[in-house]
Amino acid sequence: MHIRKGSSIPSSEITPEHLYVSRRDFMRTTAVVVAGAAAAGTASACGMEDGALAQTPLPNITKSGFSTSEKQNTFEDIISYNNFYEFGTDKSDPQRYAGRMTTSPWKVKVDGLVNKGADYNVEDIVRTAALEERVYRLRCVEGWSMVIPWVGIPLASFLKRVEPQGQAKFVEFTTLNRPSEMPGVHTRALDWPYTEGLRLDEAMHPLTILAVGLYGKTLMNQNGAPIRLVVPWKYGFKSIKSIVRMRLTETQPATAWNKATPQEYGFYSNVNPNVSHPRWTQANERRIGELFRRETLMFNGYGDQVASLYAGMDLKKFY
Amino acid sequence: MIRFLKALTFVACLVPAASLAWRAFGSGDLGVNPIETLTHQTGQWALRLLLITLAITPLRRLSGWNRAIAFRRMLGLFAFFYAILHLSIWVVFDHYFKVSTMVEDVVKRPFITAGSIALLLMVPLALTSTTWAIRRLGRRWQQMHRLIYVSATAAVLHFIWKEKVIINETLMYAGILAVLLGIRVVFALRKRAARARV
Repeated sequence: MHIRKGSSIPSSEITPEHLYVSRRDFMRTTAVVVAGAAAAGTASACGMEDGALAQTPLPNITKSGFSTSEKQNTFEDIISYNNFYEFGTDKSDPQRYAGRMTTSPWKVKVDGLVNKGADYNVEDIVRTAALEERVYRLRCVEGWSMVIPWVGIPLASFLKRVEPQGQAKFVEFTTLNRPSEMPGVHTRALDWPYTEGLRLDEAMHPLTILAVGLYGKTLMNQNGAPIRLVVPWKYGFKSIKSIVRMRLTETQPATAWNKATPQEYGFYSNVNPNVSHPRWTQANERRIGELFRRETLMFNGYGDQVASLYAGMDLKKFY
Repeated sequence: MIRFLKALTFVACLVPAASLAWRAFGSGDLGVNPIETLTHQTGQWALRLLLITLAITPLRRLSGWNRAIAFRRMLGLFAFFYAILHLSIWVVFDHYFKVSTMVEDVVKRPFITAGSIALLLMVPLALTSTTWAIRRLGRRWQQMHRLIYVSATAAVLHFIWKEKVIINETLMYAGILAVLLGIRVVFALRKRAARARV
């Protein structure tokens, strides 16, 4: 993992990288030893390499009024059809290769324009607020969609806790970039690490969550374990997976797909049936499980909640 | 012997279609997005067969096995067959026969424009593939059927432009096409040189 020094964090708070890495190696070795000793591989709490871990049930999940009552996609659909280019460009690659990603221990570095910048343990982040189930539509820019029962906390709860400073206008998110566990980052498909960004008001919006679970259990690696963003009114690639860093900034951060092909992917990337992509119509979509395509809704059907964020903006220009 | 090999080729060319039909209606394992699987598979088989068709002439010239020509028409027609399946899935499941959105796709999306060109150019070639047409057209038949170079190039572009990023698989097809067309350039240059010497 690449750790950059954040300006607002006292250097005493930063764990030296060699300690970090050696601790991770220790945990990994321990996990393998424990797994070997356990007869039926019950050491699921430790991040084992390879193989499907049994996902841990999450306790005390409350329902949310933001959930849709639409028919949910099956667990199998959601874990076997993924875009997670760090593991390869084929939809089946993440399921095949993501098992080798070590997700415990996991820290998220929070830095930039915040008062309480630090390396937060993922367990500590989750404790910020009560876990909620949010059944959201997910619309991929490629023209397919699913309905997914995420479990998570509002991103706003965590951001308030770390206290963004007055000048902070954006949040930049970064995905893990660990070549030893990610076969896809050896290709030049994208400029690694994967980064994404939101305007601060989008990040603080009650619909925006940090998801840690799916169908009541901890996330599978291919879905962005152990912690990922879910922004349901934007195309799926904005909902960055396996987050290792959140940086509060004054200027708009660079985002991975926008850097790769700026004329195709804008910073905002709100679901918008009126702005078509050079490769795909955005007017309709194939809901996974259905044969024919259905109409795509403005803001993926979340217009009542989010349209006001973009009042006065030309969304054809800021696509 | 040739007849037996031709029968075998015929059956082999039907295997991908039969396998897809079985996966669709029998085992039901076309994956999470069955329509996408059908689209990708039929498209890739059309392209593969197009490239195999283009490999026949170089194979014949380099190996001296002239009977190879006996397979060319069948392979080309199977490429067309898979391309038509590919198109049909798009017409039915992506557009539900709606002409306006199909036209929009063809005009506005470069990868679909390329795919349409590839397929359209195959139509006259398929129609003039009969022995009668070959006799009737004579020299012009050969000139006309060089359209397959354009069709295959458009098909490869269709595949490359469809992807969000450059992936090895599409580059592999581009490489194979470059070799197959490159060999023809070499043949043509040699022929011209030989003629100049005479």
